[in-house]
Amino acid sequence: MVERSESSRDGADLSIVGIAMTAPDINDWFMRDVLPLEPALMQFLRRCVRDAAAIPDLRQDVYVRIYEMARKQIPYPVKPLLLLTARNLVIDRVRRDQVVSIETVADLEELDMAADEPDAERSVIARQELRRLQAALDRLPPRCRQAMTLRKIEGLQRREIAARMGISEPTVAKYLAAGMYALAEYLAGDNNVGSVQP
Amino acid sequence: MSDIAEENPWDALNAKPVDMRAAGWCERRGQSGWNEKDEAELNAWLAETPAHMVAYLRMSHVWNRADRLAALKQPVPDVVSSSTETRKPNFPRRGTIMVAAIGLIGAVAFALLRTSAEENYATRVGGHKIVALADGSQVELNTDTQLRVVSDARQRTVLLDRGEAFFQIKHDAARPFVVIANGQRVTDLGTKFLVRREVGDLRVSVVEGRVRLEAGAAHAKPAILLPGDVAIATANSVSVAKQAAPQLSSELGWRHGVLIFRHMSLAGAADEFNRYNREKLVVADTATAHLTIDGTFPANNPGAFTRLAEEIFGLRVMRGDNEIVISR
Repeated sequence: MVERSESSRDGADLSIVGIAMTAPDINDWFMRDVLPLEPALMQFLRRCVRDAAAIPDLRQDVYVRIYEMARKQIPYPVKPLLLLTARNLVIDRVRRDQVVSIETVADLEELDMAADEPDAERSVIARQELRRLQAALDRLPPRCRQAMTLRKIEGLQRREIAARMGISEPTVAKYLAAGMYALAEYLAGDNNVGSVQP
Repeated sequence: MSDIAEENPWDALNAKPVDMRAAGWCERRGQSGWNEKDEAELNAWLAETPAHMVAYLRMSHVWNRADRLAALKQPVPDVVSSSTETRKPNFPRRGTIMVAAIGLIGAVAFALLRTSAEENYATRVGGHKIVALADGSQVELNTDTQLRVVSDARQRTVLLDRGEAFFQIKHDAARPFVVIANGQRVTDLGTKFLVRREVGDLRVSVVEGRVRLEAGAAHAKPAILLPGDVAIATANSVSVAKQAAPQLSSELGWRHGVLIFRHMSLAGAADEFNRYNREKLVVADTATAHLTIDGTFPANNPGAFTRLAEEIFGLRVMRGDNEIVISR
């Protein structure tokens, strides 16, 4: 079962080997194999796209494409495909816009390099995980941080957090959800989000 | 309860609605009251579009990762980010001795060089060379450049015969550093500057410090150039303009082997590439020549550039002998 899911425009053909999986498996695979690559994806996008506001949408589009492909077959290896998909989406976007920003060029070569070291980043992340999480937590807006600390470090439930912070449960829910989002952005390497004061 | 005074934490985050919803679901699902009806509701939302699914998976992923923070529990009553770090005392200042030693070596080398006459330096097309002068100054030659250094006790002189060079000069009022090109004199007054010689004119850009530019015509007044100034001197005129810092750093991209274009026409970009490569880019028609581009490219790889012209502009790129023709 071999499928070329995304064509390289460099002529560097990428063969994607696939295995069929059920829906829950795809979700597991997506969380285990795709999402940990987010720092690499973000690094790529930030270098190619000057308009920072466009990046979350592009990231989402990349994930959607990968997820849809995985519904047919789980691609392996996933990192080159992820970056290639990102690149193709960036090019599509650049084609739509009139002004062309082409920081992309230098990255074309790096794409091949990235394919050669699939798990390097992941192991680094694993080693530094706790430190990174803690740093991310410290960057959250104060009230979000407090709610997240009580939930994740102290292990309190929403009702107890509400009592401690002197706010309602729905508000705690909002702080936790926002804190979760900001944490994700911070861990993705987006230093701007989460450092903003509420 | 002070709920009314609480601000919405989402306001500061600029998140997309789909991410807000996904994070909300994730938070709810971790609560003890979660039931089958909630689960069905969530599944219906997830089934709507893969965009919901991937956003939800992304939030779940970070939410699970955050569980590791529990390792921090133990006796921690509050999370406080410490900003005061204890500093180790400085090591004894070994640097001072080093500087003295280098100074001594410099003085010896300088004394030896005093008697030397003329040194030649050149680069080929696509070349890049850094020349460290004995006085601590540095000259960096860009592509296809030729210059001569002549030093004596009273003056340091560079004759720029062709091309472009970036100068970082150890200023010495007693022994001025002068660049001569196209009959114009550029005198360093403590500085970093770029000199580019073209067929009909000379272009001087100042990065740091000051330089004095004396045009060839005897009657012309010398111009003092300050950081950010760019002067273009022809046989009978000098014009000085201010240049924004990003523009200036683009001009120096070659020092790192790249060409940086900001709103550059395709024709202008082709000209720049042609300074660095034997295989020349030819822009065939005016419509193509006027397309503007922004971007950073390896100077010695026009292939990367033409590939983009093909992909993004949909232009036709044809390879001939020693030239690449770009057209509609």
